[in-house]
Amino acid sequence: MNRSPYVSDAPSVSVIMFKVLLALIPGIVAYLWVFGGGIIVSIVLATVTALVAEATLLKIRQRPIKPYLCDLSAIVTAWLLALALPPLAPWWLVVVATLFAIIVAKQLYGGLGYNPFNPAMVGYAAMLISFPIIMTKWPAPLTLAQNPLSFTEQLGFIFSNILPAGVTVDAVTSATPLDYLKTQLMLNHEISGISKAPIFGMFGAKGGEWISAGYLLGGLYLVQQRIISWHLPTAFLAALALISLVFYGADNTHYANPVFHLMSGASMLCAFFIITDPVSGPTTPRGKLYFAAGVGVLTYLIRVYGGYPDGVAFAVLIMNMCVPMIDAATQPRVFGHEK
Amino acid sequence: MLLSSLYVMLGLALVLGILLGIAALLFKVEGDPLVARIDAILPQTQCGQCGYPGCKPYATAIANGEADINQCPPGGDAGVRALADLLGVEYKPLNAEHGMPKPKSVAFIDEATCIGCTLCIQACPVDAILGAAKHMHTIIASECTGCELCVAPCPVDCITMQPIAETPDNWKWKYPVIPIKAVSAVGGNAS
Amino acid sequence: MINSIVNFASKLLGSPSTAEDFYRFNGGVHPAEHKQESTLKPIGKLPIPPSLVLPLRQHVGYIPKIRVKVGDYVHKGQMLAEAEGSVSAAIHAPSSGTVSAIADAIIPHPSGLPDMCITITPDGKDRWVDLKPIDWRNTPKTELVASLRLSGIVGLGGATFPTHIKVRADGKSGVHTLVINAAECEPYITCDDMLMREHADEIVKGMEIVQYLLGAERCIVGIEDNKPEATAAMRAACSALPGSSVKVVPTLYPSGDARRLIHLLLGTEIPHDKRSTDVGIQVFNVATVRAIYRYFTFGEPSLSRIVTMTGNVANPQNFEVLFGTPLQTLIAAAGNAGADTTHFIMGGPMMGFDLPSANVPITKAANCIIAATPHMFAAPPPAMPCIRCARCADACPVNLQPQELYWFAKSDNFEKARDYNLFDCIECGCCSYVCPSNIPLVQYYRYAKSEIIAADKAKEAADLARERNEFRLARIEREKLERAQKHAERAASAKKEEAQTSTGDAKPAATDTGTQASAAADDAKKAAIERAKAMKQAQTENDTPAASEAQPAKSEKALAAKTAADNDPDKQAKIAAAIARAKAQKLAAAQSAADNAVAAQAAGDSAAEQTKTEQSKQDKQALIAAAIERAKAQKLAAAQAGVTPKNTDNVSASVKAEIEKIDAIREKAHIADNTDKT
Repeated sequence: MNRSPYVSDAPSVSVIMFKVLLALIPGIVAYLWVFGGGIIVSIVLATVTALVAEATLLKIRQRPIKPYLCDLSAIVTAWLLALALPPLAPWWLVVVATLFAIIVAKQLYGGLGYNPFNPAMVGYAAMLISFPIIMTKWPAPLTLAQNPLSFTEQLGFIFSNILPAGVTVDAVTSATPLDYLKTQLMLNHEISGISKAPIFGMFGAKGGEWISAGYLLGGLYLVQQRIISWHLPTAFLAALALISLVFYGADNTHYANPVFHLMSGASMLCAFFIITDPVSGPTTPRGKLYFAAGVGVLTYLIRVYGGYPDGVAFAVLIMNMCVPMIDAATQPRVFGHEK
Repeated sequence: MLLSSLYVMLGLALVLGILLGIAALLFKVEGDPLVARIDAILPQTQCGQCGYPGCKPYATAIANGEADINQCPPGGDAGVRALADLLGVEYKPLNAEHGMPKPKSVAFIDEATCIGCTLCIQACPVDAILGAAKHMHTIIASECTGCELCVAPCPVDCITMQPIAETPDNWKWKYPVIPIKAVSAVGGNAS
Repeated sequence: MINSIVNFASKLLGSPSTAEDFYRFNGGVHPAEHKQESTLKPIGKLPIPPSLVLPLRQHVGYIPKIRVKVGDYVHKGQMLAEAEGSVSAAIHAPSSGTVSAIADAIIPHPSGLPDMCITITPDGKDRWVDLKPIDWRNTPKTELVASLRLSGIVGLGGATFPTHIKVRADGKSGVHTLVINAAECEPYITCDDMLMREHADEIVKGMEIVQYLLGAERCIVGIEDNKPEATAAMRAACSALPGSSVKVVPTLYPSGDARRLIHLLLGTEIPHDKRSTDVGIQVFNVATVRAIYRYFTFGEPSLSRIVTMTGNVANPQNFEVLFGTPLQTLIAAAGNAGADTTHFIMGGPMMGFDLPSANVPITKAANCIIAATPHMFAAPPPAMPCIRCARCADACPVNLQPQELYWFAKSDNFEKARDYNLFDCIECGCCSYVCPSNIPLVQYYRYAKSEIIAADKAKEAADLARERNEFRLARIEREKLERAQKHAERAASAKKEEAQTSTGDAKPAATDTGTQASAAADDAKKAAIERAKAMKQAQTENDTPAASEAQPAKSEKALAAKTAADNDPDKQAKIAAAIARAKAQKLAAAQSAADNAVAAQAAGDSAAEQTKTEQSKQDKQALIAAAIERAKAQKLAAAQAGVTPKNTDNVSASVKAEIEKIDAIREKAHIADNTDKT
């Protein structure tokens, strides 16, 4: 059978996904250092659940299992979801979130390449809406916690909701910086006062800023390796910085500075790992710019005016809905055509 | 209070209905009449397998709701889908009572046997047969639609249908079929 | 502006490229070149092969008309087939010898289907036909173009477009720039490289001729920077031709595509719906211009080309190969292919295709043959779904969206595929080259293009059929009206005549001859039906396959011509008379028979005529019905017996006589016989 071209020089899907996992490692290391070993449990749980769920669904859909499991895309979804969920989330939350992400958001749409929404964000959003209290219970960074839990104690908490004697949940968890900022602003405190709280570090959240730095490092590695193009992260960060700069410039007592927004919450994770999901994102270069800018603006607006502390998940999902329209509207000019 | 909201809704419905009616009249797009649009989809073989004497009568029958859309074998599955699309009805598979799709053929007159009776000329719906009484008849292959209406009337049975051969001229690239497993794919769709 | 920044930056970074100012196109890829292997030796010459198989279809356009027959002795350079019409090219004998066959043979085409070829058995003497060089400087351009049409020269870059059309100076839009395509961007192929190294002077002399023919002001040779020796040779040779220059472009696949090369060299994007000549640019391959030079200067028609034989052969090399040379000769000259060779590829690894076997001839389009092993070109892993990464869009030199085209082609959504500019795709393979999911994108586009072209053709044919059907219905209506009118006139004049002449023998006379003629026609018809019945019976009795009997039957016919013709003089005479009479009164007979029927019913004419006509009509109908029944029965019997009901086979002597008589009439009328059918 005619097979031209007979040569090819492309990294396979599994190689691409593997490099994405590699790029997540600096962030995970920072995570471990800030919040302790609980995150590893989440990651392992999510990975195992994802693989099992994907294998089961592929079997039901009569598709070959090995190539689709080996393309590592389920593992990437699992890790992103685990990193987005609170580190001390109960084990069943991680499992349910992953199941929802893989089964509903990915396999039911047709599997790899066919999902219109980012599966990790769908799982996260589903959990946020279904279990809002648990999703806001982030642990305090180890350096700040009154009673920092050891790894085994974290294990116990994740699996059986048992805390060491004398330790209450409140002693272990605390509001995230974005959450704290939101509630304090609603109480009409000013930024200058809020930012003195111990939860805030140099740029963003204490500890959280190191994690964001880790993601940034990993993301730059991906750009250098040409796994992702520069359009998406640059447009997202620029849009987020720009809109927060505008609000901050207008009133710096009630709006946090741009650097804070860039370095806290899931901004860096979003910029380099979430919006760069090729399947649910746009395919044209200009489209990527518009998409990422849209996510940036929406994230900021949801953070400031919305009901949730971090708006990344919903911003991404809303822009995922707009992707077909963005694609159709940003078709580049073909060689030899006027338009 | 209830009544006033009712009046508001009624009034709204009235106004919007009037607006829509005006828009329907003002901005009416002059398209082809339905029969012409259906006829444009039909393959123009003029074979009569649908039960109507030609493609235009069949198109008229479909437009009048007298005929179903799955009666045209030369149009094939693609034709039925196109008609279903145009008319906004459900697709249904070809009605086997009207015949099955066949590979495109062209009629061929065996000139040694032809007696020049003109019966086939009278039968051909697109005048693709050249000839006259007592003169040799021959099929103009490029005009023949393969309807086979000439085969039956020939008293000496000298007309055969010859499938169009594949030459490097009319050869088409085939749909790429790739196994999604290294072994032969059974039960799975090719990606 | 971006270009100047890029250039400045690259100069700053000290890039080693020798490229001068150039314009970029989007995308492109850098496959491994594999060119060194085949440029170690100079161009080799092959011995005259044992046979030369020349397909008629070696170019774009109409198939040339064969001008020789089996058994003819031909000289080297003699025209074997003449160009048919304008978009066509001639075929010449690459060596002297005898035409041994004109038949279907396997041709180098992706379909693997056979096509008509002229096979020559060379006599080894290589005798030239009388060559007629042309002094192109002193001959009118129209004559030069007409002469090129006879030269058999087609684009030797692989497109095989007849060259004489490209040098026609229409006068519509003058060509001001001649671009010579020396890029040769595909890996493995080095035929143009070697040609430039060894015959740069001939190429430049050819450029001069083409520049003169087109009236171009300047001539630019576009060459990639991986060919330093060829660049030097061309630069040296171009110094002899004022207005010519050599421009080096960076090595990037597919710089050799004509429109991409024009953009690289001149910064002009040819609009997708126009030709390059519409903006005053024409492109030629180096080998083509050299062939033009040799044709005018020495009178040599297109007989050979340089072919790269590379891949899994002992000694990869370029050879000067006569057209029609069997591939095995070329493989043997390169030291034979390794035992693990699985197939041969014609062209390069990006755009080439699998040859159906090694039993194919070298044609005008064959620029390179690669002996392939599974190790060299490993089969790709099974395709994964598209992950929408858009690397293909980044790599596409035409700036298309291959992933969109893939989705449309895959789901047979051809209208959308056309809207997204599927036909701008040059099938270069860059998209498939970079796809992480290993999707064979180019195959989908080829499939979609084939289907769209076939659907367009079918639609044209359907529109024509609709027109013809409508015209036929209108014609029948018109004829009905005319007949009714005529009948009314006839009835009126008949009444007048009857009133005038009480005998009223005019009409009966007319009807008499009419019925006589129709009776004679009936007799002739009866005879023919009897003949057919006899043939059918003969067939069922013998029950032999029709095909094998056709030939002997025909020759038997020829033998039995004179003798059998005398056997049935009565029948003959009757038939001849009937034919003559029917010819003379063909229309009248048909019309009067119909008129009679109508007139008899409407005007209430004499019952005798009415019954006679009706009787003859009923007889006719009964006969036809009987014949149809017989034919159907015979057909059924034959089908049940498993024999194709064919009509030409064993016939009785008397029937043979009939057929021979009619054949003789045909011969006289110079009707062509079946073998002329293409």
